[in-house]
Amino acid sequence: MMTASTTNIPTMSELAAQGKQPEVLFWVGCAGSFDERAKKITKAFVKLLIKAEVSFAVLGPEESCTGDPAKRAGNEFLFQMQAMTNIEVLNGYEVKKIVTACPHCFNTLKNEYPGLGGSYEVMHHTQFLKQLLNEKKLKVEGGSFKGKRITFHDPCYLGRANNEYEAPRAVLSKLESELIEMKNCKAKGLCCGAGGAQMFKDAEPGNKEINIERTDQALATKPDIIAAGCPFCNTMMTDGVKNKEQEHKVAVMDIAELLEQAQDL
Amino acid sequence: MTSYIPNIAFAVLFVVLVGLFTRNVRRIIRNIKLGKSANRLDQPKKRWLHMARIALGQSKMVRKPLSGALHVIVYVGFVVINIELLEIVLDGFLGTHRVFAPFLGSVYDALIFTFEIFAALVLISVFFFWTRRNIVRIKRFWKPEMKGWPKWDADIILYAEVVLMGLFLTMNASDYWLQTVAQNEHYILAGSFPVSQLLLPLFDGMTTQQVIGIERTTWWLHISGILLFLNYLYYSKHLHIILAFPNTYFAKLSPQGELSNMEEVTKEVALMLDPEADPYAAPPNDATPSTFGAADVTDLNWVQLMNAYSCTECGRCTDECPANQTGKLLSPRKIMMDTRDRLTEIGSYLNKGEEPNQNTLLDTYISREELWACTSCNACVEACPIAIDPLSIIMEMRRYLVMEQSAAPNELNVMMTNVENNGAPWPFNQQDRIAWREELIT
Repeated sequence: MMTASTTNIPTMSELAAQGKQPEVLFWVGCAGSFDERAKKITKAFVKLLIKAEVSFAVLGPEESCTGDPAKRAGNEFLFQMQAMTNIEVLNGYEVKKIVTACPHCFNTLKNEYPGLGGSYEVMHHTQFLKQLLNEKKLKVEGGSFKGKRITFHDPCYLGRANNEYEAPRAVLSKLESELIEMKNCKAKGLCCGAGGAQMFKDAEPGNKEINIERTDQALATKPDIIAAGCPFCNTMMTDGVKNKEQEHKVAVMDIAELLEQAQDL
Repeated sequence: MTSYIPNIAFAVLFVVLVGLFTRNVRRIIRNIKLGKSANRLDQPKKRWLHMARIALGQSKMVRKPLSGALHVIVYVGFVVINIELLEIVLDGFLGTHRVFAPFLGSVYDALIFTFEIFAALVLISVFFFWTRRNIVRIKRFWKPEMKGWPKWDADIILYAEVVLMGLFLTMNASDYWLQTVAQNEHYILAGSFPVSQLLLPLFDGMTTQQVIGIERTTWWLHISGILLFLNYLYYSKHLHIILAFPNTYFAKLSPQGELSNMEEVTKEVALMLDPEADPYAAPPNDATPSTFGAADVTDLNWVQLMNAYSCTECGRCTDECPANQTGKLLSPRKIMMDTRDRLTEIGSYLNKGEEPNQNTLLDTYISREELWACTSCNACVEACPIAIDPLSIIMEMRRYLVMEQSAAPNELNVMMTNVENNGAPWPFNQQDRIAWREELIT
């Protein structure tokens, strides 16, 4: 395969210096950039993009938080400051199409930026991967997940927020694994507990952590793998599995990681 | 001798009770108009379809199959049996009896047949509803916010339905007895009574006069009951039978994940980012000092206030709420009930022509702990059978807490400082955003 290099993982500014424009911008997001666990998702997705020979670039240091956690925390000023700054950068590079592995970035870029002057075609990475598979730009061979029991945890900001339940499942179906739905899935999927800026604070007093409740629901399907499509869900579910001391038996993996491992890249 | 006393009595009863209802409806409209403006007049075609599917078609109601099916029966029964109301009211004014019968012939028989079947089905469904609430004690009906009046309200509605259906069937039964057994000339042979004919033995051994007495009494009690129930709506969660329709029509149609951008903030941000802007310039004359976010119901928009009046406290939202499921204080149903209660409180002062008291939705009704427990997951919005949006109210109140009071939990202040300084919610250097590329290459 093609090895990763700065040439095939360019930034927008590096491409612009050569007078080039990628077809799609990969919006990495804060978690994908800084969180050790989420960085693995970023790397897996980039490997798939390279494998499929997608013309893409990242913003690198020119990317900044979309403002989602600030907006959901109630700080509309900070959100719009972030949004205006990002839109200036995106419009400056004449970005038309964006793909991101974070449903929160996805939702904000897709639904909340247009009103502020930033209109782009925005895709979640599971939608993008589904398309690459359909176009045969990616193929699953061998099937290292054949026969494995996989349950998928719907991210709120992909599912209920944007009505996308099918794309991640379409990708999973290519793995020849056994997809086992939780009792509460799709529109009835329980939140992992991270949304609405909860990721960055302790929960209010209660009798259980939300991520533990959701992990219990996931573990009830007796999965080998809990598949996720959001870096924050991934963290919450990973913590939940550790809390239940099941980490030696059950892996929490992003859809991109599953596909990348099935590809044996 | 023909007496006009019953006609006059009916006219007075009707005009007074419908008049009272009209006054209450105007008060509700006045209260809803206390909200801020929101443009929900766009996309009329999509809005009609939304209403047709969700309110008329009960599409979200039936997501819970049992309660959904029971509700559809009561809903269709209510609509169908109210056709009969037209005749009853006309009879009342004109002093006639079954005024439509001569005109409709066999169609009339079929109509009465249908009403009877639905009356029986409604009785059965209401029995199940009552059992679910009071015997099975389904959890969502026994949450803390359901204590006191809300619990009473729910039961009163069920009892009222039983009484009204019981009166309707007894009225029909006595009528049928007078038509067939007594063959009283005033009671023309009309209608088909598959259910109430089972009640005929009740009148065994009675005189015609006695049964006429029963027929008249039940007729009067039935129509009075309906008109009283109409007036009860104003004090009850049961307003949803009317408001479900406008509520679904004016609902948000954009993706659930979209949280509105505040225009007043956009203007200020544009000014802040504009290098040409004069920071000392006087604000434009049309600048009205407005509150950011919501501390009270008057800071919410009219759709959110209509939402509050439309809520029938079924609790499907609270049932699905991850915070509520894990024992936190937040209950989206309570958010709606509090909004309504506070709006009613303000309204009660306005009714007396007085200034509202100093209570506010925030703190007097809804605590900060409730607001900060929300994960903005949209489960409540998704669950609501009539497209109520509790999340938008929570977010509006968080906006007030953060932008007017700087009262975010400290951890969130840290997060926001990081976003402001580093462009990420964590304290990392923005230059390192691409560090993963180096790690991947090496």
